[in-house]
Amino acid sequence: MTNIAIDVRQLTVVRRGHAVLDKLDLEIGGGVTGLLGPSGCGKSTLLRSIVGVQRTQAGEVRVLGEPAGSKQLRHRIGYVTQAASVYDDLTVAENLRFFARVLGLGPDEVDRVVDAVDLADQADAVVSELSGGQRSRASLAVALLGTPDLLVLDEPTVGLDPVLRRDLWNLFHSLADAGAAVLVSSHVMDEAERCDQLLLMRDGVILAQDTPTRIKQRAGVDDVETAFLDLVERAA
Amino acid sequence: MNPRITLAVAGRVLTQLRRDHRTLAMMLVVPCALISLLWWMFKDLDSSSFDRFGPALLAMFPFIVMFLVTSITTLRERASGTLERLLAMPMGKGDFLLGYAVAFGLVAALQSVLAVGVSVGLLGLDVEGPVWLLTLVAVADAVLGSALGLFVSAFANTEFQAVQFMPALVLPQVLLCGLFVPRALLPDVLEAVSNVLPLSYAVDAMQTLTRTASTSDVWQDLAVVLAFTLGGLAVGAATLRRRTS
Repeated sequence: MTNIAIDVRQLTVVRRGHAVLDKLDLEIGGGVTGLLGPSGCGKSTLLRSIVGVQRTQAGEVRVLGEPAGSKQLRHRIGYVTQAASVYDDLTVAENLRFFARVLGLGPDEVDRVVDAVDLADQADAVVSELSGGQRSRASLAVALLGTPDLLVLDEPTVGLDPVLRRDLWNLFHSLADAGAAVLVSSHVMDEAERCDQLLLMRDGVILAQDTPTRIKQRAGVDDVETAFLDLVERAA
Repeated sequence: MNPRITLAVAGRVLTQLRRDHRTLAMMLVVPCALISLLWWMFKDLDSSSFDRFGPALLAMFPFIVMFLVTSITTLRERASGTLERLLAMPMGKGDFLLGYAVAFGLVAALQSVLAVGVSVGLLGLDVEGPVWLLTLVAVADAVLGSALGLFVSAFANTEFQAVQFMPALVLPQVLLCGLFVPRALLPDVLEAVSNVLPLSYAVDAMQTLTRTASTSDVWQDLAVVLAFTLGGLAVGAATLRRRTS
Protein backbone atom coordinates (compact mmCIF):
# COMPACT_ATOMS: atom_id res chain seq x y z
CA MET A 1 0.00 0.00 0.00
CA THR A 2 2.38 2.68 -1.19
CA ASN A 3 0.00 5.25 -2.66
CA ILE A 4 -2.48 6.76 -0.24
CA ALA A 5 -5.74 7.66 -1.99
CA ILE A 6 -7.51 9.04 1.07
CA ASP A 7 -5.93 10.55 4.14
CA VAL A 8 -8.21 11.50 7.05
CA ARG A 9 -6.74 13.34 10.05
CA GLN A 10 -8.62 14.16 13.25
CA LEU A 11 -11.92 14.44 11.36
CA THR A 12 -14.83 15.62 13.50
CA VAL A 13 -18.40 15.91 12.22
CA VAL A 14 -21.24 17.04 14.47
CA ARG A 15 -24.80 16.58 13.37
CA ARG A 16 -27.76 17.75 15.46
CA GLY A 17 -25.54 18.23 18.49
CA HIS A 18 -24.16 14.69 18.30
CA ALA A 19 -20.59 13.92 17.24
CA VAL A 20 -21.02 11.37 14.43
CA LEU A 21 -17.27 11.27 13.84
CA ASP A 22 -14.88 12.30 16.61
CA LYS A 23 -11.21 12.93 15.72
CA LEU A 24 -11.12 10.09 13.22
CA ASP A 25 -7.74 9.12 11.69
CA LEU A 26 -7.64 6.92 8.61
CA GLU A 27 -5.60 6.09 5.52
CA ILE A 28 -7.03 4.29 2.54
CA GLY A 29 -4.97 3.03 -0.40
CA GLY A 30 -5.76 1.52 -3.79
CA GLY A 31 -7.79 -1.57 -4.56
CA VAL A 32 -11.29 -2.30 -3.35
CA THR A 33 -11.85 -1.14 0.22
CA GLY A 34 -15.04 -2.15 2.01
CA LEU A 35 -16.43 0.15 4.70
CA LEU A 36 -18.60 -2.13 6.79
CA GLY A 37 -20.78 -1.41 9.75
CA PRO A 38 -24.40 -1.27 10.90
CA SER A 39 -26.63 1.48 9.55
CA GLY A 40 -26.30 4.72 11.46
CA CYS A 41 -22.67 4.12 12.43
CA GLY A 42 -21.37 7.06 10.39
CA LYS A 43 -20.46 5.36 7.10
CA SER A 44 -22.37 7.82 4.90
CA THR A 45 -21.04 10.80 6.86
CA LEU A 46 -17.46 9.58 6.35
CA LEU A 47 -18.07 9.00 2.62
CA ARG A 48 -19.69 12.43 2.26
CA SER A 49 -16.68 14.01 4.00
CA ILE A 50 -14.34 12.27 1.55
CA VAL A 51 -16.37 13.47 -1.45
CA GLY A 52 -16.42 16.96 0.08
CA VAL A 53 -20.16 17.51 0.41
CA GLN A 54 -20.27 17.14 4.19
CA ARG A 55 -19.89 20.16 6.45
CA THR A 56 -17.14 19.21 8.89
CA GLN A 57 -16.29 20.77 12.24
CA ALA A 58 -12.59 19.94 12.53
CA GLY A 59 -9.79 17.94 10.99
CA GLU A 60 -8.49 17.43 7.50
CA VAL A 61 -9.41 15.14 4.63
CA ARG A 62 -7.04 14.84 1.67
CA VAL A 63 -8.08 12.92 -1.42
CA LEU A 64 -5.61 12.03 -4.20
CA GLY A 65 -3.26 14.60 -2.68
CA GLU A 66 -5.78 17.47 -2.70
CA PRO A 67 -8.06 18.80 0.06
CA ALA A 68 -11.45 17.03 -0.14
CA GLY A 69 -14.04 18.98 -2.10
CA SER A 70 -11.48 21.05 -4.00
CA LYS A 71 -12.13 22.03 -7.58
CA GLN A 72 -9.39 19.85 -9.07
CA LEU A 73 -11.06 16.74 -7.66
CA ARG A 74 -14.48 17.21 -9.22
CA HIS A 75 -13.42 15.46 -12.44
CA ARG A 76 -11.64 12.67 -10.61
CA ILE A 77 -14.22 11.30 -8.18
CA GLY A 78 -17.27 9.19 -9.02
CA TYR A 79 -19.82 9.30 -6.22
CA VAL A 80 -22.98 7.28 -5.70
CA THR A 81 -25.27 8.37 -2.88
CA GLN A 82 -27.47 5.94 -1.02
CA ALA A 83 -30.57 7.14 -2.86
CA ALA A 84 -30.44 6.65 -6.64
CA SER A 85 -29.45 10.19 -7.68
CA VAL A 86 -30.81 10.14 -11.20
CA TYR A 87 -33.78 11.91 -12.78
CA ASP A 88 -36.87 9.71 -12.54
CA ASP A 89 -38.58 11.32 -15.51
CA LEU A 90 -35.70 10.82 -17.96
CA THR A 91 -34.55 7.61 -19.64
CA VAL A 92 -31.31 5.93 -18.56
CA ALA A 93 -29.59 7.17 -21.73
CA GLU A 94 -30.90 10.72 -21.31
CA ASN A 95 -29.65 10.80 -17.72
CA LEU A 96 -26.21 9.61 -18.77
CA ARG A 97 -26.00 11.95 -21.76
CA PHE A 98 -26.79 14.86 -19.45
CA PHE A 99 -24.16 13.98 -16.85
CA ALA A 100 -21.67 13.22 -19.64
CA ARG A 101 -22.22 16.69 -21.09
CA VAL A 102 -21.67 18.23 -17.66
CA LEU A 103 -18.36 16.36 -17.47
CA GLY A 104 -17.50 17.24 -21.08
CA LEU A 105 -17.56 13.63 -22.33
CA GLY A 106 -18.82 12.21 -25.63
CA PRO A 107 -21.63 9.73 -26.42
CA ASP A 108 -19.20 6.76 -26.65
CA GLU A 109 -18.66 7.09 -22.94
CA VAL A 110 -22.42 6.75 -22.36
CA ASP A 111 -22.52 3.44 -24.27
CA ARG A 112 -19.51 2.17 -22.36
CA VAL A 113 -20.98 2.76 -18.88
CA VAL A 114 -24.42 1.43 -19.90
CA ASP A 115 -22.72 -1.82 -20.86
CA ALA A 116 -20.59 -1.82 -17.72
CA VAL A 117 -23.67 -1.90 -15.47
CA ASP A 118 -25.55 -4.22 -17.84
CA LEU A 119 -28.41 -1.82 -18.63
CA ALA A 120 -28.16 -1.86 -22.44
CA ASP A 121 -31.66 -3.35 -22.75
CA GLN A 122 -33.12 -0.67 -20.47
CA ALA A 123 -31.22 2.30 -21.93
CA ASP A 124 -34.34 3.84 -23.44
CA ALA A 125 -36.62 3.10 -20.48
CA VAL A 126 -37.72 5.96 -18.23
CA VAL A 127 -36.03 5.55 -14.84
CA SER A 128 -39.29 5.67 -12.85
CA GLU A 129 -40.39 2.48 -14.63
CA LEU A 130 -37.26 0.54 -13.63
CA SER A 131 -36.90 -1.79 -10.65
CA GLY A 132 -35.00 -0.61 -7.57
CA GLY A 133 -31.89 -2.55 -8.57
CA GLN A 134 -31.93 -1.16 -12.10
CA ARG A 135 -32.29 2.37 -10.75
CA SER A 136 -29.29 2.00 -8.48
CA ARG A 137 -27.30 0.60 -11.40
CA ALA A 138 -28.29 3.64 -13.48
CA SER A 139 -27.00 5.80 -10.62
CA LEU A 140 -23.79 3.76 -10.51
CA ALA A 141 -23.34 4.21 -14.28
CA VAL A 142 -23.25 7.99 -13.77
CA ALA A 143 -20.38 7.57 -11.31
CA LEU A 144 -18.41 5.51 -13.85
CA LEU A 145 -18.49 8.28 -16.48
CA GLY A 146 -15.02 9.49 -17.36
CA THR A 147 -13.22 6.63 -15.54
CA PRO A 148 -12.62 8.48 -12.25
CA ASP A 149 -9.51 7.81 -10.15
CA LEU A 150 -11.60 7.33 -7.02
CA LEU A 151 -15.03 5.75 -6.77
CA VAL A 152 -17.02 6.35 -3.60
CA LEU A 153 -20.05 4.09 -3.51
CA ASP A 154 -22.58 4.25 -0.67
CA GLU A 155 -24.28 0.85 -0.41
CA PRO A 156 -24.45 0.24 -4.17
CA THR A 157 -25.42 -3.43 -3.89
CA VAL A 158 -28.37 -3.18 -1.48
CA GLY A 159 -31.37 -5.14 -2.68
CA LEU A 160 -29.69 -6.58 -5.76
CA ASP A 161 -29.98 -10.22 -6.70
CA PRO A 162 -26.90 -12.40 -5.97
CA VAL A 163 -25.86 -12.79 -9.61
CA LEU A 164 -25.92 -9.08 -10.17
CA ARG A 165 -24.12 -8.46 -6.90
CA ARG A 166 -21.33 -10.79 -7.97
CA ASP A 167 -21.13 -9.03 -11.36
CA LEU A 168 -20.87 -5.62 -9.71
CA TRP A 169 -18.12 -6.77 -7.35
CA ASN A 170 -16.26 -8.12 -10.39
CA LEU A 171 -16.74 -4.71 -11.99
CA PHE A 172 -15.33 -2.97 -8.89
CA HIS A 173 -12.28 -5.23 -9.03
CA SER A 174 -11.69 -4.64 -12.72
CA LEU A 175 -11.87 -0.88 -12.08
CA ALA A 176 -9.38 -1.29 -9.25
CA ASP A 177 -7.11 -3.38 -11.50
CA ALA A 178 -7.23 -0.54 -14.02
CA GLY A 179 -5.81 1.74 -11.33
CA ALA A 180 -8.81 3.28 -9.58
CA ALA A 181 -9.27 3.30 -5.82
CA VAL A 182 -12.73 1.95 -4.97
CA LEU A 183 -14.38 2.62 -1.62
CA VAL A 184 -17.62 0.72 -1.08
CA SER A 185 -19.84 0.84 1.99
CA SER A 186 -22.17 -1.92 3.05
CA HIS A 187 -24.06 -3.02 6.13
CA VAL A 188 -24.06 -6.63 4.92
CA MET A 189 -21.11 -8.45 6.45
CA ASP A 190 -21.07 -11.25 3.87
CA GLU A 191 -19.86 -8.74 1.28
CA ALA A 192 -16.66 -8.40 3.30
CA GLU A 193 -15.03 -11.39 1.62
CA ARG A 194 -15.12 -9.62 -1.71
CA CYS A 195 -12.94 -6.70 -0.58
CA ASP A 196 -9.15 -6.34 -0.70
CA GLN A 197 -9.17 -4.26 2.46
CA LEU A 198 -11.78 -3.88 5.19
CA LEU A 199 -12.72 -1.05 7.47
CA LEU A 200 -15.01 -2.19 10.26
CA MET A 201 -16.90 0.72 11.75
CA ARG A 202 -19.21 1.11 14.71
CA ASP A 203 -20.51 4.29 16.42
CA GLY A 204 -18.17 6.47 14.39
CA VAL A 205 -15.07 4.49 15.38
CA ILE A 206 -12.95 2.27 13.12
CA LEU A 207 -12.68 -1.06 15.00
CA ALA A 208 -10.29 -2.67 12.55
CA GLN A 209 -8.57 -2.02 9.23
CA ASP A 210 -6.95 -4.98 7.49
CA THR A 211 -7.49 -7.66 4.85
CA PRO A 212 -10.50 -9.95 5.47
CA THR A 213 -8.19 -12.92 6.02
CA ARG A 214 -6.07 -11.25 8.67
CA ILE A 215 -9.11 -9.84 10.50
CA LYS A 216 -10.53 -13.36 10.75
CA GLN A 217 -7.18 -14.85 11.73
CA ARG A 218 -6.64 -12.38 14.51
CA ALA A 219 -10.06 -13.11 15.98
CA GLY A 220 -9.55 -16.83 15.37
CA VAL A 221 -12.89 -17.22 13.61
CA ASP A 222 -14.12 -18.22 10.17
CA ASP A 223 -16.31 -15.29 9.18
CA VAL A 224 -16.10 -11.52 9.36
CA GLU A 225 -19.41 -11.15 11.18
CA THR A 226 -18.14 -13.15 14.18
CA ALA A 227 -14.86 -11.23 14.05
CA PHE A 228 -16.85 -8.00 14.17
CA LEU A 229 -18.78 -9.18 17.25
CA ASP A 230 -15.52 -10.20 18.87
CA LEU A 231 -14.02 -6.76 18.24
CA VAL A 232 -17.12 -5.04 19.68
CA GLU A 233 -16.95 -7.13 22.85
CA ARG A 234 -13.25 -6.51 23.27
CA ALA A 235 -13.76 -2.76 22.87
CA ALA A 236 -16.55 -2.72 25.49
CA MET B 1 -19.50 29.35 -15.52
CA ASN B 2 -19.40 27.31 -18.68
CA PRO B 3 -21.86 27.62 -21.59
CA ARG B 4 -21.66 23.88 -22.35
CA ILE B 5 -22.84 23.01 -18.83
CA THR B 6 -25.49 25.76 -18.75
CA LEU B 7 -26.97 24.47 -22.01
CA ALA B 8 -26.79 20.88 -20.77
CA VAL B 9 -28.92 21.86 -17.75
CA ALA B 10 -31.38 23.84 -19.88
CA GLY B 11 -31.69 20.98 -22.39
CA ARG B 12 -32.27 18.47 -19.63
CA VAL B 13 -34.99 20.57 -17.96
CA LEU B 14 -36.77 21.00 -21.32
CA THR B 15 -36.60 17.24 -21.97
CA GLN B 16 -38.15 16.61 -18.57
CA LEU B 17 -40.93 19.11 -19.30
CA ARG B 18 -41.55 17.66 -22.74
CA ARG B 19 -42.12 14.26 -21.18
CA ASP B 20 -44.63 15.70 -18.70
CA HIS B 21 -47.49 16.47 -21.10
CA ARG B 22 -49.95 17.42 -18.40
CA THR B 23 -47.72 20.08 -16.82
CA LEU B 24 -46.83 21.49 -20.21
CA ALA B 25 -50.50 21.72 -21.21
CA MET B 26 -51.35 23.40 -17.91
CA MET B 27 -48.55 25.93 -18.33
CA LEU B 28 -49.62 26.89 -21.85
CA VAL B 29 -53.42 26.51 -21.79
CA VAL B 30 -54.45 27.63 -18.30
CA PRO B 31 -53.36 31.30 -18.63
CA CYS B 32 -55.23 31.64 -21.94
CA ALA B 33 -58.32 29.98 -20.46
CA LEU B 34 -58.31 32.24 -17.39
CA ILE B 35 -57.91 35.40 -19.42
CA SER B 36 -60.80 34.27 -21.63
CA LEU B 37 -62.85 33.64 -18.49
CA LEU B 38 -62.13 37.17 -17.29
CA TRP B 39 -63.15 38.60 -20.64
CA TRP B 40 -66.41 36.60 -20.47
CA MET B 41 -67.15 37.83 -16.92
CA PHE B 42 -66.99 41.45 -18.06
CA LYS B 43 -68.64 40.88 -21.42
CA ASP B 44 -72.04 42.36 -20.47
CA LEU B 45 -70.55 45.22 -18.42
CA ASP B 46 -68.85 48.25 -19.93
CA SER B 47 -66.02 47.29 -22.25
CA SER B 48 -63.29 49.19 -20.34
CA SER B 49 -63.33 46.72 -17.42
CA PHE B 50 -61.50 44.01 -19.33
CA ASP B 51 -58.96 46.61 -20.44
CA ARG B 52 -58.46 47.49 -16.78
CA PHE B 53 -57.97 43.99 -15.39
CA GLY B 54 -56.56 42.16 -18.41
CA PRO B 55 -53.07 43.68 -18.37
CA ALA B 56 -52.58 42.91 -14.68
CA LEU B 57 -53.46 39.28 -15.29
CA LEU B 58 -51.00 39.09 -18.19
CA ALA B 59 -48.32 40.10 -15.71
CA MET B 60 -49.54 37.78 -12.98
CA PHE B 61 -50.05 34.42 -14.70
CA PRO B 62 -46.52 33.84 -15.96
CA PHE B 63 -45.22 35.03 -12.59
CA ILE B 64 -47.40 32.64 -10.55
CA VAL B 65 -47.03 29.61 -12.82
CA MET B 66 -43.26 29.91 -13.00
CA PHE B 67 -43.00 30.49 -9.26
CA LEU B 68 -44.81 27.20 -8.60
CA VAL B 69 -43.06 25.12 -11.26
CA THR B 70 -39.58 26.31 -10.31
CA SER B 71 -39.99 25.99 -6.56
CA ILE B 72 -41.22 22.40 -6.88
CA THR B 73 -38.66 21.24 -9.47
CA THR B 74 -35.66 22.66 -7.64
CA LEU B 75 -36.97 21.28 -4.36
CA ARG B 76 -37.15 17.86 -6.00
CA GLU B 77 -33.60 18.28 -7.24
CA ARG B 78 -32.43 19.10 -3.72
CA ALA B 79 -34.34 16.17 -2.19
CA SER B 80 -33.43 13.47 -4.73
CA GLY B 81 -29.67 13.84 -4.35
CA THR B 82 -29.13 14.92 -7.95
CA LEU B 83 -28.18 18.42 -6.80
CA GLU B 84 -25.59 16.98 -4.41
CA ARG B 85 -24.21 14.85 -7.22
CA LEU B 86 -24.06 17.80 -9.64
CA LEU B 87 -22.31 20.02 -7.10
CA ALA B 88 -19.71 17.27 -6.55
CA MET B 89 -19.09 17.46 -10.33
CA PRO B 90 -17.46 20.37 -12.16
CA MET B 91 -20.76 22.29 -12.16
CA GLY B 92 -20.86 25.98 -11.20
CA LYS B 93 -23.83 27.24 -9.19
CA GLY B 94 -24.31 29.85 -11.90
CA ASP B 95 -24.49 27.12 -14.57
CA PHE B 96 -27.21 25.37 -12.60
CA LEU B 97 -29.31 28.50 -12.01
CA LEU B 98 -28.82 29.96 -15.46
CA GLY B 99 -29.67 26.62 -17.06
CA TYR B 100 -32.98 26.60 -15.22
CA ALA B 101 -33.58 30.27 -16.05
CA VAL B 102 -32.93 29.65 -19.78
CA ALA B 103 -35.25 26.62 -19.93
CA PHE B 104 -38.10 28.21 -18.00
CA GLY B 105 -37.52 31.53 -19.77
CA LEU B 106 -38.16 29.77 -23.10
CA VAL B 107 -41.34 28.14 -21.81
CA ALA B 108 -42.39 31.46 -20.32
CA ALA B 109 -41.84 33.19 -23.67
CA LEU B 110 -44.08 30.64 -25.38
CA GLN B 111 -46.69 30.97 -22.65
CA SER B 112 -46.62 34.76 -22.85
CA VAL B 113 -46.85 34.84 -26.64
CA LEU B 114 -49.95 32.64 -26.43
CA ALA B 115 -51.57 34.66 -23.61
CA VAL B 116 -50.83 38.01 -25.29
CA GLY B 117 -51.97 36.62 -28.65
CA VAL B 118 -55.30 35.48 -27.21
CA SER B 119 -55.82 38.75 -25.28
CA VAL B 120 -54.95 41.10 -28.10
CA GLY B 121 -55.95 39.04 -31.13
CA LEU B 122 -59.08 37.23 -29.99
CA LEU B 123 -60.44 39.14 -27.01
CA GLY B 124 -59.75 42.64 -28.30
CA LEU B 125 -57.54 43.93 -25.47
CA ASP B 126 -56.57 47.48 -26.44
CA VAL B 127 -52.81 47.97 -26.40
CA GLU B 128 -51.50 51.45 -27.24
CA GLY B 129 -47.83 50.57 -26.88
CA PRO B 130 -45.91 47.98 -28.92
CA VAL B 131 -47.20 44.41 -28.47
CA TRP B 132 -43.66 42.94 -28.56
CA LEU B 133 -42.78 45.02 -25.51
CA LEU B 134 -45.88 43.67 -23.76
CA THR B 135 -44.61 40.17 -24.49
CA LEU B 136 -41.13 41.06 -23.27
CA VAL B 137 -42.54 42.32 -19.97
CA ALA B 138 -44.51 39.07 -19.61
CA VAL B 139 -41.33 37.04 -20.16
CA ALA B 140 -39.46 39.14 -17.59
CA ASP B 141 -42.31 38.50 -15.10
CA ALA B 142 -42.03 34.77 -15.73
CA VAL B 143 -38.27 34.78 -15.12
CA LEU B 144 -38.90 36.81 -11.96
CA GLY B 145 -41.33 34.09 -10.82
CA SER B 146 -38.63 31.48 -11.50
CA ALA B 147 -36.05 33.41 -9.49
CA LEU B 148 -38.34 33.75 -6.47
CA GLY B 149 -39.41 30.11 -6.74
CA LEU B 150 -35.79 29.04 -6.69
CA PHE B 151 -35.18 31.16 -3.62
CA VAL B 152 -38.09 29.71 -1.61
CA SER B 153 -37.18 26.13 -2.55
CA ALA B 154 -34.24 26.51 -0.16
CA PHE B 155 -36.60 27.10 2.75
CA ALA B 156 -39.04 24.27 2.10
CA ASN B 157 -38.40 20.67 3.11
CA THR B 158 -41.36 19.15 1.30
CA GLU B 159 -43.38 19.93 -1.80
CA PHE B 160 -46.32 20.58 0.50
CA GLN B 161 -44.40 23.38 2.21
CA ALA B 162 -43.26 24.78 -1.13
CA VAL B 163 -46.85 25.16 -2.28
CA GLN B 164 -47.69 27.00 0.95
CA PHE B 165 -45.22 29.71 -0.03
CA MET B 166 -47.62 30.72 -2.77
CA PRO B 167 -50.29 32.26 -0.49
CA ALA B 168 -47.54 33.58 1.79
CA LEU B 169 -45.34 35.31 -0.78
CA VAL B 170 -47.37 35.66 -3.97
CA LEU B 171 -50.91 36.54 -2.85
CA PRO B 172 -49.90 39.69 -0.90
CA GLN B 173 -48.19 40.91 -4.08
CA VAL B 174 -51.36 40.20 -6.07
CA LEU B 175 -53.50 42.10 -3.54
CA LEU B 176 -51.19 45.12 -3.42
CA CYS B 177 -50.17 45.36 -7.09
CA GLY B 178 -52.93 47.81 -8.02
CA LEU B 179 -55.38 45.31 -9.43
CA PHE B 180 -58.06 45.79 -6.76
CA VAL B 181 -57.26 49.30 -5.52
CA PRO B 182 -55.01 51.65 -7.55
CA ARG B 183 -51.72 51.80 -5.66
CA ALA B 184 -51.89 55.59 -5.23
CA LEU B 185 -55.17 55.20 -3.32
CA LEU B 186 -53.87 52.60 -0.85
CA PRO B 187 -53.24 53.64 2.79
CA ASP B 188 -49.74 55.15 3.03
CA VAL B 189 -48.17 52.15 4.72
CA LEU B 190 -49.56 49.70 2.19
CA GLU B 191 -48.53 51.95 -0.68
CA ALA B 192 -44.99 51.97 0.71
CA VAL B 193 -45.08 48.18 0.94
CA SER B 194 -46.38 47.85 -2.60
CA ASN B 195 -43.48 50.06 -3.74
CA VAL B 196 -40.97 47.40 -2.71
CA LEU B 197 -42.85 44.43 -4.22
CA PRO B 198 -41.70 43.38 -7.69
CA LEU B 199 -45.14 42.42 -9.05
CA SER B 200 -46.30 46.04 -8.62
CA TYR B 201 -43.77 47.13 -11.23
CA ALA B 202 -44.69 44.30 -13.56
CA VAL B 203 -48.36 45.28 -13.41
CA ASP B 204 -47.53 48.99 -13.77
CA ALA B 205 -45.60 48.23 -16.95
CA MET B 206 -48.50 46.26 -18.41
CA GLN B 207 -51.04 48.95 -17.54
CA THR B 208 -48.87 51.71 -19.00
CA LEU B 209 -48.47 49.74 -22.22
CA THR B 210 -52.22 49.38 -22.65
CA ARG B 211 -52.90 53.07 -21.84
CA THR B 212 -50.23 55.02 -23.72
CA ALA B 213 -47.79 54.62 -26.57
CA SER B 214 -44.96 56.21 -24.59
CA THR B 215 -42.56 53.53 -23.41
CA SER B 216 -40.03 55.27 -21.15
CA ASP B 217 -41.95 54.39 -17.94
CA VAL B 218 -42.23 50.82 -19.15
CA TRP B 219 -38.47 50.46 -19.52
CA GLN B 220 -38.04 51.82 -16.02
CA ASP B 221 -40.50 49.29 -14.59
CA LEU B 222 -38.84 46.54 -16.61
CA ALA B 223 -35.47 47.52 -15.15
CA VAL B 224 -36.90 47.18 -11.62
CA VAL B 225 -38.33 43.73 -12.46
CA LEU B 226 -34.96 42.63 -13.85
CA ALA B 227 -33.15 43.94 -10.76
CA PHE B 228 -35.44 41.87 -8.52
CA THR B 229 -34.84 38.86 -10.78
CA LEU B 230 -31.06 39.18 -10.51
CA GLY B 231 -31.38 39.69 -6.76
CA GLY B 232 -33.53 36.55 -6.49
CA LEU B 233 -31.02 34.54 -8.51
CA ALA B 234 -28.11 35.83 -6.43
CA VAL B 235 -29.83 34.92 -3.16
CA GLY B 236 -30.88 31.61 -4.74
CA ALA B 237 -27.22 30.91 -5.61
CA ALA B 238 -26.26 31.58 -1.99
CA THR B 239 -28.71 28.87 -0.90
CA LEU B 240 -27.01 26.26 -3.10
CA ARG B 241 -24.34 24.82 -0.83
CA ARG B 242 -21.72 22.34 -1.92
CA ARG B 243 -21.32 21.25 1.66
CA THR B 244 -24.40 20.49 3.73
CA SER B 245 -24.89 19.10 7.20
